[in-house]
Amino acid sequence: MNIEAYIALSAILFSIGTIGVLTRRNAIVVFMCVELMLNACNLALVAFAKQHGNLDGQVTAFFVMVVAAAEVVVGLAIIMTIFRTRRSASVDDASLLKY
Amino acid sequence: MTAFWILAPVMVLAALGILFVRKAVHAALLLAVVMISLAILYAALEAPFLFAVQIIVYTGAILMLFLFVLMLVGVDASDSVVETIKGQRWLAFLGGALLATLLIVGIAQISLGAVVGLEDANSDGNVQGLANIIFSHYVFAFEVTSALLITAAVGAMVLAHRERLTPKVTQGDLAKQRMRDYAESGKHVGPLPPPGVFARHNAVDTPALLPDGTAAESSVSRVLAARGTVRSAPAEAHHVDEIEAQLHGDLPAADVPADDRPADDREGDEA
Repeated sequence: MNIEAYIALSAILFSIGTIGVLTRRNAIVVFMCVELMLNACNLALVAFAKQHGNLDGQVTAFFVMVVAAAEVVVGLAIIMTIFRTRRSASVDDASLLKY
Repeated sequence: MTAFWILAPVMVLAALGILFVRKAVHAALLLAVVMISLAILYAALEAPFLFAVQIIVYTGAILMLFLFVLMLVGVDASDSVVETIKGQRWLAFLGGALLATLLIVGIAQISLGAVVGLEDANSDGNVQGLANIIFSHYVFAFEVTSALLITAAVGAMVLAHRERLTPKVTQGDLAKQRMRDYAESGKHVGPLPPPGVFARHNAVDTPALLPDGTAAESSVSRVLAARGTVRSAPAEAHHVDEIEAQLHGDLPAADVPADDRPADDREGDEA
């Protein structure tokens, strides 16, 4: 039973999330990639909790989930507001927040 | 470890799929695959509470929220393939690959030692152990979380709220308006006529026929009319006759029901 494999998987998922944030244009998909990165970090935290035999890592992962839920609510509301004014969910179109 | 080796390739493939699928809905479904696999890995890592929270909060609440917003924005809101910055895509892939290599090489260099395992920490049960820590060491962070959640809820409501610019039209106002229209322009007060119901063809896209044989425009939905998919009952009757003729050889008019024939005849008269 080795924890390194979990950490490596977490690193791969985090990198994929980074690439997604950099390449995708649809704001919702970009947001999904951010969620993927957060989940990858959670996996590392839970794996390290098992490695060190205390539950602090799991508590941190739990807090990350709570913050992610709040972040998704506000982020999707912002995407909706931008879509309502610009009729587009592309991140390129939202370059000017004023209009 | 079996669960890990089965799920890890699935998760990596699903995550790569998010990068390459065109439609946002498919990306959301692939993200669901990753999240459910993560939940199973949490269960394998002796975190049953996080397993439940991952399923309930992530796949249950957050992904549903994503799908709802996708439905509001339009399910076929796909990405544009045009690059705004030249070479940005390849540089992003290169950077991501470099990051992955860096992290994995770093992980390969270290040795974490023997796994302690959570048997001791989970001896009173995982949920009880987590509760002990959350409500002692992390109680302040936990309380701050409540402020964060209420701020997020209020923020989302403010962002999603739209100011009403005209007063709300009540049912009474609509009734009065209808009577006023009748008094001023003689517009029909009653409900609109239903679309055509014929013996052979019964569909909302076929308008009802008025006593003089013309189609009643108001009996079909405005959407269908704008899309140009409204059929006409006489043409439909012709079509049915043709099919009948093909099916029964040269015996077309014998078993045509009475409902179709008048429409057919009338069209002949008009022409």
